[in-house]
Amino acid sequence: MMLCDVCKTETASVFLTQIVDGKMQKVNMCEACSKEKGVSDPTGFALADLLLGMGAAQTVERGAAEGARCPQCGFTQGEFKKTGRLGCSVCYGTFAEGLEPMLKGMHKGLKHTGKCPERLQRSQARLSAMSNLNEALRKAVVEEQYEEAASLRDKIKALEREG
Amino acid sequence: MPIRNIFNKGSDWLRSEGPHHQIVVSSRVRLARNLAGVPFPGWAKKAERMETLERIRAKVEGLPEMADAYSFACQDLSALEKQVLVERHLISREHAAKGAGSAVVMNRRQTLSIMLNEEDHLRMQAIRAGLQLKAAFKAVNKVDTELEQSVDFAFDPVLGYLTACPSNVGTGMRASAMLHVPGLVLSEQINQVIQAVNKIGLAVRGLYGEGTEALGNLFQISNQITLGEKEEQIIERLQKVILQVIEHEQNARKTLLQQRSNTLLDQIGRSYGTLRYAYGMGSKEALNLLSMVKLGCDLGFYPAERQHIVDELFMETQPAHLQKGSQKKLATEERDALRAGIIRGKLESFEAPDVAGVMARAQETPVALPLQPEPPEPPAEGAI
Repeated sequence: MMLCDVCKTETASVFLTQIVDGKMQKVNMCEACSKEKGVSDPTGFALADLLLGMGAAQTVERGAAEGARCPQCGFTQGEFKKTGRLGCSVCYGTFAEGLEPMLKGMHKGLKHTGKCPERLQRSQARLSAMSNLNEALRKAVVEEQYEEAASLRDKIKALEREG
Repeated sequence: MPIRNIFNKGSDWLRSEGPHHQIVVSSRVRLARNLAGVPFPGWAKKAERMETLERIRAKVEGLPEMADAYSFACQDLSALEKQVLVERHLISREHAAKGAGSAVVMNRRQTLSIMLNEEDHLRMQAIRAGLQLKAAFKAVNKVDTELEQSVDFAFDPVLGYLTACPSNVGTGMRASAMLHVPGLVLSEQINQVIQAVNKIGLAVRGLYGEGTEALGNLFQISNQITLGEKEEQIIERLQKVILQVIEHEQNARKTLLQQRSNTLLDQIGRSYGTLRYAYGMGSKEALNLLSMVKLGCDLGFYPAERQHIVDELFMETQPAHLQKGSQKKLATEERDALRAGIIRGKLESFEAPDVAGVMARAQETPVALPLQPEPPEPPAEGAI
């Protein structure tokens, strides 16, 4: 839970973002403090939202990732800004936060629904079969169905050997 | 296999055949793939690129589709040779700029080409004549499935295939068709069509893709979205839009013939005259004039068997194709003279446009213009 930056005791419910000299400043306040500081004017707020809304939020994200470096290939956010290309497949995880709004704007949703490599399909099918068997085994043991449990254990072992 | 063999042999997809071939020149589908855990080519160090190339080149050459393939390292090709491949859409302009560490492997019929270490580790492309997006996808998809048996591609269960540029992530697929639409251009409807196509998330580009001019009334339509839709859905949607553009183009041609026949005849006649008798011809001018004569063929002003001559000229008059037979680099004037000479030679057999015949048919049967090839007659009963 975020605390009010002014009184440091109440929960913040008013979030003010300002840009001063090109730098982002964020102030989080509780309702009482925001009234006291005179920032509760609803029209004033609508304007701030309108001006700073999405863009401001993204600047903050980018700022945070600026120093980030891909642990796999050493690629940086700065390089990405320059070229529009990423360094390696791991970069998608490293820079996920900044990439998400970009991908949203470019594509139809954020979930791939097309082709999946066969090998991955097989290993996923195996994983889910394994977790089903383990769950059944746990249940069988709890219910003292030892014959059933022994048969499940053999199936799990067989599946492990396949992999 | 020397590259000369490619130069002397036309690409299979260039022959004007295939569904809707009068308006759709070719269909292409490319898949972008990368190796898991290896830096993308643009970020990899040279040694890493060489290593990646080593790893995948043999696998690509070993594909059953690539038996008897042409395989070239980029540094072994001259600038002119690369440009010929660009003009045939076998490699991208970006790939032509690559040197050591990049390569291209293509089948003998030039319907399948795989660029290694372009922007992604693999860019696999299938080309077909006419509107055959589904067939092209099937071909390239098969190659992908074969390769993934022995290569671990970078794939994320949520984001799909991971590519150097986020604009390709997901399917990694770009499907496109090259359309010849002089009717839409002459009737000034092309901008409307482009805007409408853009609005539904498809891209319209010129002859050589992104940032290139629309020469010879040739436009490429392709998907832009690669994440959130299945490959088949993307192709289905693209196909539907292309069929609509074809219909618009056919209507525009009919309207031009019936209502602005003088403008149309003037354009075709002037183009024919210039091509037959000019002694200096730039490549852009040639494309635009050839486009009009191609339209003339479609509309029946010239005998149907003349079509392939015009289609060949589209390729043969491109700058690199023109110079591939020359020993030395030609100056602009020499090129223009050479181009004009080749065109005059090829068009020698071309008779003057059959204006009277076409116009008579246009008045009689406004709907039954020879815009589409007739379906083949079913064999007669008892025929062997």
